[in-house]
Amino acid sequence: MRTMFFTQAVDDALAQAMADDPRIILFGEDIPLLRRNLLVRFGPRRVRGTPISESAFLGAGVAAAMAGLCPVVEMYMVDFLGVCMDALLNHAAKVEAFSGGKWTARVVVRAPCGGGYGDGGQHEPSLWGWLAHIPGLTVLVPSTPADAGGLMLAALQHNGPVIFLEHKLLSETWLEFLGSGARRTVQYDVPAEGAKGAVPQKWEPVPIGKAVLRRAGGDVTIVSVGVGVHRTLEAAEALEAEGISAGVLDLRTISPLDKTAVCEAVAQTGRLLVVDEDYEGFGLSGELSAVVLEAGISCKYARVCTQTTIPYARHLEDQILPNKQRINASVRQLMQ
Amino acid sequence: MSPDLWSLYALMLKSRLFEEAIAQLWHDGLISGEMHLGTGEEAIIAGVVTQLREGDAMALDHRGTAALLMRGVDPVLILHELLGNPDGLCGGMGGHMHLFSKEYLAASSGIVGAEGPTAVGFALSAQYLHPGAIAVAFFGDGAMNQGMLMESMNLASAWNLPVLFVCKDDGWAITTQSKSVTGGDLNERARGLGIPAAEVDGCDVSGVWEVSHSAIERARSGQGPTFLHARCVHFEGHFLGLQLIRIVRDPLREMPEIAVPLTQSFLRPGGAALRERLAGLKTVLAAVFSPLCDPRRDSANDPVRSARTILQSDPVRLQELEDQVEKEISSALASALVEVPS
Ligand SMILES: Cc1ncc(C[n+]2csc(CCOP(=O)(O)OP(=O)(O)O)c2C)c(N)n1
Ligand SMILES: [Mg+2]
Repeated sequence: MRTMFFTQAVDDALAQAMADDPRIILFGEDIPLLRRNLLVRFGPRRVRGTPISESAFLGAGVAAAMAGLCPVVEMYMVDFLGVCMDALLNHAAKVEAFSGGKWTARVVVRAPCGGGYGDGGQHEPSLWGWLAHIPGLTVLVPSTPADAGGLMLAALQHNGPVIFLEHKLLSETWLEFLGSGARRTVQYDVPAEGAKGAVPQKWEPVPIGKAVLRRAGGDVTIVSVGVGVHRTLEAAEALEAEGISAGVLDLRTISPLDKTAVCEAVAQTGRLLVVDEDYEGFGLSGELSAVVLEAGISCKYARVCTQTTIPYARHLEDQILPNKQRINASVRQLMQ
Repeated sequence: MSPDLWSLYALMLKSRLFEEAIAQLWHDGLISGEMHLGTGEEAIIAGVVTQLREGDAMALDHRGTAALLMRGVDPVLILHELLGNPDGLCGGMGGHMHLFSKEYLAASSGIVGAEGPTAVGFALSAQYLHPGAIAVAFFGDGAMNQGMLMESMNLASAWNLPVLFVCKDDGWAITTQSKSVTGGDLNERARGLGIPAAEVDGCDVSGVWEVSHSAIERARSGQGPTFLHARCVHFEGHFLGLQLIRIVRDPLREMPEIAVPLTQSFLRPGGAALRERLAGLKTVLAAVFSPLCDPRRDSANDPVRSARTILQSDPVRLQELEDQVEKEISSALASALVEVPS
C-alpha cells in the first residue's frame, strides 16, 4: 500500500490514465505550473495554460470532447463556473439528449470547492447541488485520497460530462496556495483521514453513483459528502459516548445519487440527518428527503447545511459551515 | 490644471505603509485566506482616484484596498474588516476581495473581469441620476481576456457611457505571463471597439494624473469611455506567500519541494517522448526562475520611490510630510488593533 495526499492522488490517477490514453489533455489557468509534474512527463501539447477566458476554454473543452479528445478542463474554483455556466448548462449536459443519444461530450471539469480557510463568499462555496440540478451532468465529490484517485479514473472513462470537485481543506496544494501561503501562523481544521491516506498500487475506477457506509449505526443515518463526512464521523464518535449510534453514509457522487444505499440505511434507522456544506435551499439536502419520501419510507428528518453567503471572518464562517456542534445538536433533536 | 505631486506622494505613501502593515498582519496569521496587495500600482490608483468627486463610482478588482483608502474610506474600518471584526467596513463579511463602500459608490469583486459590467452599470446610472459623474474600472492585464470585460467595453462604447477603463498591466496573471496567452495588442483591442486608448507609465504618478485627467473630462462632458493602459509591477507577486516569490527569497527551503517530485515525474516511464518532456521542463524552469530577472526586483519600478526622488529637492517639507503620514498610519493601526477578537 502506498499513502498519498489528496491532490497528489488525483494527479497520480490522472497520470496513469494519460499514459494509457493519448486523447486525454489538460488545460486551464496556470496549469503549466500547478500541474508541473504532469507537464514534464506528458509535454506542453497535453498540459496547457489558458487565458482567463473561462467561457471560451470550457466551451472549447466540451466541443473538443464531442470531436474525440478527452479534455480535463480545470477551473480555478467552482465559483468561477458562474462566468461560463452556459458551456455546461446548455451544451455539455444536452448534447446527448439533443443528438438522440448518438453523441456525448466526454469532458471532465475539475474544480476546487469548499470553505473553512477564510477566503470569503466568492471563493468558498460548494455549489454541487447547483450543478447536480442539471440533468446530464455527473457530479463527483470525493472525501479521501483513495476515492479521489479512483473517481478521477472513473470520470475519465465515463461517456459524458463529469464535474470533479476537490475540497480545498482536503487538498494539500490548494490549501497552501490559497490559505496558508506557507505561513505557520494559521491553523485550519483539516480532517487527517481525508487529507492523506492509503491508495492502491495501481488505480482502479471507483464506481460512479455508489455511496459507501463509513460507519455503521442503528439509531440515525447521517448522509454527507466531502469534508462533511469527516465532520460527521467526528460527531458520531462523540454521540457514541452519549449512547447514540449514528451511521455515516458518504455519497461520493452527488449525481447520480445512490438512492438505494440511502433508502436502505434510513429504512433501518428511521432517522435521516443530512450534513451538506452546500447551500441549504433547493439542493442536495432537500433532494434526499424527497428520495426517502418517494420510496415510502417514513422517518424523522433534519439537515445541517450552509444557509447564507459564507462570511469572510473565520469565527463567523466556523459557525455557518456544518460543524460538530451543529451536527450533534441536530442528532440529539432527532432522538427526542 | 496640473497634478500636485506632494499630495499624490502623500497618498501613495499612506497606501504603501498601510499595505505593508496589512502584510505584517497577514504574516502574523491575523488575516486569513489570500491577500492581494496593491503595492507597486499606487501611482495608477492615486493618479486616477484623486480626480474623483461626489457621485463618481469605482469598480474594483481583488486589489481594491488602495483605491478605497485613497478615495477616503477610514483605514480603521478597512483594518477591522480584514481582521474579521464585526465593526469592519463590511461587518467582517467581505474581506479584502469583497470590500464595498456604498458611501463612495465603490464595489470590489474577486471574480476577474467583473469590474467591466459593474463600471458600465454605475456609469449608466450616472447618466440618469448624476449627469457629469463617471465610473472607473480598475483591472489587470489578465482580466482583458475575460469575455464580460470585453463585452462591457463594447457596451460602454455603443452607449457612449462615461467610463474610464484602467488596465493595470503587471504582465502577469498569478503564475502565467500574460503575453503567452494574449493575442494582439491591448490598446488596439480597445480601439477596435471604438474606445480611444492611452498608454501611460504606471510608475509615473503625474503622468497618470495628466492622461486620466483628460480622459475623465472627456467622460464627464459626454464624449464616452477611454481605455488607459498603464504598466506596473507588483512587488509581492500575485499574492502574499506566492511560491514563485518564496523561491527567490528562500531557495533552499522551497526548491527541494518542487524539484524532487518534478524529477521523479520527468523520469517516470509512460508518457511523452524525451523532446516533449524537455519542452515541458523548459516551461516549468522558465516559470520558476522568472522572478530572478523580474522587474519586481528593480527599485527603479517603485512608483513611491520615483515620486520621492523628485520631491527630495525640498528635504524639510518631505520629512514633515513623511512623519505626518507615518503617524497617521501607525495611529490607525494602533486603534484598529486595540480590540482584535481573539
Ligand atoms: C473568473 C475568474 N477566473 C479566475 C480567477 C482566479 N484569479 C484570481 S486573480 C487572477 C489573475 C488576475 O490577473 P490580472 O487580471 O492580470 O490581475 P493581477 O492579479 O495581475 O493584478 C486569477 C486567474 C478569478 N478570481 N475569477
Ligand atoms: Mg496582471
